[in-house]
Amino acid sequence: MTHSEEYMTDHKLNPDTWIDLYADYLFNYAVARVNNAEIAKDLVQETFFAGLNSAKNYKGDAAERTWLIAILKRKVIDYYRKINSNKGKAEVRINYNANSDSEGDWLEERVADPFSKSENDPIENEELGLAIQECISKLPKKQSLVFTMKTIQGVSTEDICNELGINPSNLWVMIHRARTALMGCLNQNWY
Amino acid sequence: MISCEQARNICDKAQYDEAPLKDKIKLNLHLMWCKECSGYTRKNQALTSLCERAGLNSLSESEKEEMRKHLGQNNDL
Repeated sequence: MTHSEEYMTDHKLNPDTWIDLYADYLFNYAVARVNNAEIAKDLVQETFFAGLNSAKNYKGDAAERTWLIAILKRKVIDYYRKINSNKGKAEVRINYNANSDSEGDWLEERVADPFSKSENDPIENEELGLAIQECISKLPKKQSLVFTMKTIQGVSTEDICNELGINPSNLWVMIHRARTALMGCLNQNWY
Repeated sequence: MISCEQARNICDKAQYDEAPLKDKIKLNLHLMWCKECSGYTRKNQALTSLCERAGLNSLSESEKEEMRKHLGQNNDL
């Protein structure tokens, strides 16, 4: 999320562009939380519905995407509430004294090790994924489509050309432009 | 000798394993003296590994099309 985006006043909603601009971003966000592509897809769809229905409540104080993410967050929470509707399932029990030889400092002992790379990685990778997705959404529509099909979905050059009615050299020009733009967009934080 | 444009094209294709070996050899020869293309290649490879590391997911166009239908929108591509 960029600061300029946050502080810009007079945000407007353009539901017609939501799917092009935010579907993949929201989808990545949801997949990371529910670990299931089908459920994530449903949550994204529900988010767009809820967004349309409550568009009149949008005050323009947050960027469109931030607003949609807030809706999606609630959808994710609702989803977990639903599957944990038996009270006991939602309860988290911590046994403070699993090892009888650890005395005192029990709270400190439970804090995640900040130097453990394996614990930080999934979060960092998710942030990276969202950063890439944000950069992709800034590309011209056809470039983002070609890049996504080729890089993320792994569709073959031939199939993309057939589907979009372009020839391979068109495709590689678009891939080149997309990649160059993404390198610039990601440059500051991730290289 | 290949031009910078050709070199970058080969480099792009190599990111998707679609550059033939003889092109990759030409690219590597080019990179020996061309600093700019070396920089491009480095960043391009980094982009490939960032994308892999991020484990990106996306919805297919047909899934998005379905969503548009549900929302009562038409695709304007």
